[in-house]
Amino acid sequence: MAQIFAYIVHKNGVADDTALELLTAAKKIDPAASVTAIVTGEGSALDAVAGQVAKAYNEVWKFSAPVFAYPNAEAVRPLLVKVLPAGAILLVAHDTFGMDLAPGLSIKLNAALVTDVVGIEGLDGSTLKLVRQEFGGQVSTHVAADVSTGAVLTPRAGSFTAAEAAASGPVVDKSAEAGDLVVKRRFIEVVAAEVGDVDITKEDVLVSIGRGIEEQDNIEIAQDLAKAMGAVVSCSRPIVDAKWLEKSRQVGTSGQTVKPKVYLACGISGSFQHLGGLKGNPFIVAINKNAKAPIFQVADVGIVANILEFMPALTEAIEEGK
Amino acid sequence: MEILVCIKRVPDTSENEIALNSAGNDIERDDLVYSVNEWDNYAVEEAIQIVDRVGGSVTVVTVGDDESEEVLRREMAMGANKGLLLADDAFAETDGRGIATILKAAVAKGTYDLILTGALADDGAGQVGGMLAAMLDYPFASVVNKIETVNDKTLKIGREIEGGNQEISEISLPCVLSIQTGINEPRYVGIRGIRKVASVEIPTLAAGDLGLDAAALAPKVKRLDYFVPALGKGAEMLEGSTEEIIAKLLEMLKAKGGLK
Ligand SMILES: Cc1cc2nc3c(=O)[nH]c(=O)nc-3n(C[C@H](O)[C@H](O)[C@H](O)COP(=O)(O)OP(=O)(O)OC[C@H]3O[C@@H](n4cnc5c(N)ncnc54)[C@H](O)[C@@H]3O)c2cc1C
Ligand SMILES: Cc1cc2nc3c(=O)[nH]c(=O)nc-3n(C[C@H](O)[C@H](O)[C@H](O)COP(=O)(O)OP(=O)(O)OC[C@H]3O[C@@H](n4cnc5c(N)ncnc54)[C@H](O)[C@@H]3O)c2cc1C
Repeated sequence: MAQIFAYIVHKNGVADDTALELLTAAKKIDPAASVTAIVTGEGSALDAVAGQVAKAYNEVWKFSAPVFAYPNAEAVRPLLVKVLPAGAILLVAHDTFGMDLAPGLSIKLNAALVTDVVGIEGLDGSTLKLVRQEFGGQVSTHVAADVSTGAVLTPRAGSFTAAEAAASGPVVDKSAEAGDLVVKRRFIEVVAAEVGDVDITKEDVLVSIGRGIEEQDNIEIAQDLAKAMGAVVSCSRPIVDAKWLEKSRQVGTSGQTVKPKVYLACGISGSFQHLGGLKGNPFIVAINKNAKAPIFQVADVGIVANILEFMPALTEAIEEGK
Repeated sequence: MEILVCIKRVPDTSENEIALNSAGNDIERDDLVYSVNEWDNYAVEEAIQIVDRVGGSVTVVTVGDDESEEVLRREMAMGANKGLLLADDAFAETDGRGIATILKAAVAKGTYDLILTGALADDGAGQVGGMLAAMLDYPFASVVNKIETVNDKTLKIGREIEGGNQEISEISLPCVLSIQTGINEPRYVGIRGIRKVASVEIPTLAAGDLGLDAAALAPKVKRLDYFVPALGKGAEMLEGSTEEIIAKLLEMLKAKGGLK
C-alpha cells in the first residue's frame, strides 16, 4: 500500500482550514492509512503549525529553513522530490500554491496528477477512482488514475469535511534532509490588493453581476436595482478583468470574502472560485438564463430569466411598492 | 525575446450550454461553438506587448487537429508572428501529461526564452504549464498577472494569490509562466485581421516529426465518463409570469432583510 502524505499550507502560525480536509481525503483513498503531514517554514510559526497538525495526523515531518520562510513552490518541489519515498501519494490543497506546486511535482516524481478533486471513490489495486468537474462545474467526470508510481492530488477546498483531530503523532524535524536546493524563483514581497470606494465585505445585501450582464453599459441596470434595494453592487471576476468595475467589488477566492444576509447572483454561473468568497450562509437568489447553471445547486431561490429584462422589472416593482 | 505561447481550442462556455450526450459518456459535441481558451488570449496579448517593448517574436502553438488552425490564425491576427500546429491521431486521447510531452518535443525544435500558457482551460485542470516546465527543467510560476523584464536573464513577475494579493518574485529565464486573466486587455480581432493571415502557411508537425510514439503518450489518468451529479436540495425555482415571480421574490426578500 502506498504511503500517503499531505502538504499543509499555513499562514501566521495557523494551519489552513484544508489541513483537516486533506486527512479526510487521504482516508477515502485508504481508511487504514497512516497519514504523514509535511510542513515547511521557519521559526516559531512553523513549530506552532507542526504542533497543531500533530493533533490530527499520525506523524508530522517538519522542514525548517530560511528558503521556506515564504511558501515558494519552486523551493518546496525539489524538497519533496528529495524526501518522498517512491510511489508516495501526496495531497495538497487546490489553491494558488497547489496550482504552482503540483503539476511539476507529478512530473518529477513520475506520478499521476489529478487536480481540483471534488470526490474520491476509492482505490482498486493501483487504480484510484476520483471525481472532478469540467466546464466551470457544468458537468462532472469520473477519472481513473494509475497510481502504481504514485500520485499528486489537489482536493478542492470545502469538498471534503474536516477530519476530527483524533490522532496524536510525533513531530519529526527533518530539516537536515533538505540539503541544498536549487531555486530559480526568488520571492520578493506580497503587495496587498487595492482598497476601493466601497467595502462589500461589510454589506448586508449584495446585487452581484457576472458575465451575463454582457456589456459595460448594462452595469447601470444593476446599479439601479441595488439603489432600489438599498444594496451595493458586487461582481464576478470577468467583470473586473474587463475593467467594468473595480477589483474591490470582486467576490471570490482571488477577490473579497463577503458574508451578506442576502446575495442576488445575476448572470453568474457559480464557479467554485466565485462561491469560495461567499460565507456566512446567506440567502442566495440566482437569476440565470440557463436552467442548468451550477449556481442553482447552491442557491436558495432560482429564477430562469434574462437578467437584462428581469432586473429592470424588479427595480420597477420595488420603486412602485415604495 | 523569443516567446512561445501554448493555446487550446475549447468549447466557448459563454456561447454553449454544456449537456451530456444521449449515451451519457461524453458531452454533446455537435453544434458546439469553439474558440480560444479565455486565458490564452491574455497570454498571447502579454507576449505581443513584451515583444513590442524588447523585440523578438511570438509563436503560437497548439496540440489539436485540422480544426485547430482557426484558433492559431485568430491569435496570429492579434499579432503573433508564427503559428505551429501539432496534430496526429496518436495525440487524440492523451492526458495533460501527454499534451505537455508533445509541447516539450516542439519546444526542443526551437529556441525560446519564455513560454506562456493559460492558468486554466476548460477541463479546469491547470496542469499543462507546470508539467511542461518540469519536463524542461525550467522554473515555473502560475497565475501570473504581471511581467516586467529586468534584463535578458531575469523577469520580475507578480502572481495573483488568494484575496487578490500580488506575490512579487524574480524568476530566471528561460521559464514557463501560466497567465491569469486580467493581466492586460486582449486586443480585439476583426474579420479583416483574420483575413490578412488567412493564407499564411502554418507548419504542422506529427508524432513522427517530434520523435514521439504511443508509449511516450500513454495516459496515467483516464477520463471514464461524464455525468451530472444527483442534485442536493437545489434552489426553489420560482415559476410563473414575470409579475408572479417578482411578487413572490419581493415577499422573500422582505422576509430575509433584502429590501431596505
Ligand atoms: C486562480 C483563479 C482564481 C479565480 N478567482 C475568482 C474570483 O475570485 N471570483 C470569480 O468570480 N471568479 C474567479 N475565477 C474565475 C472563475 O473560474 C470563473 O471563470 C468565473 O467565476 C466566471 O464568472 P461568471 O460566472 O460571471 O461567468 P460565466 O461562467 O461565463 O457565467 C455567465 C453566466 O451568465 C449566464 N447568462 C448569460 N447571459 C445572461 C443573461 N442575459 N441573463 C441571465 N443569465 C445570463 C450564463 O448562463 C452563465 O451561467 C478564478 C479563476 C482562477 C483560475
Ligand atoms: C476525446 C478526448 C478524450 C480525452 N481523454 C482524456 C483522458 O482519458 N484522460 C485525461 O486526463 N484527459 C483526457 N482528455 C483531456 C485532454 O487530454 C486535455 O486536453 C488535457 O488534459 C489538457 O487540457 P487541460 O484543460 O487539462 O489544460 P490546462 O492544463 O487546464 O490548460 C492550461 C494551459 O495549458 C495549455 N494547453 C492545454 N491544452 C493544450 C493544447 N492542446 N495545446 C496547446 N496548449 C495547451 C494552454 O496554454 C492552456 O491555457 C481528453 C480530451 C478529449 C477531447
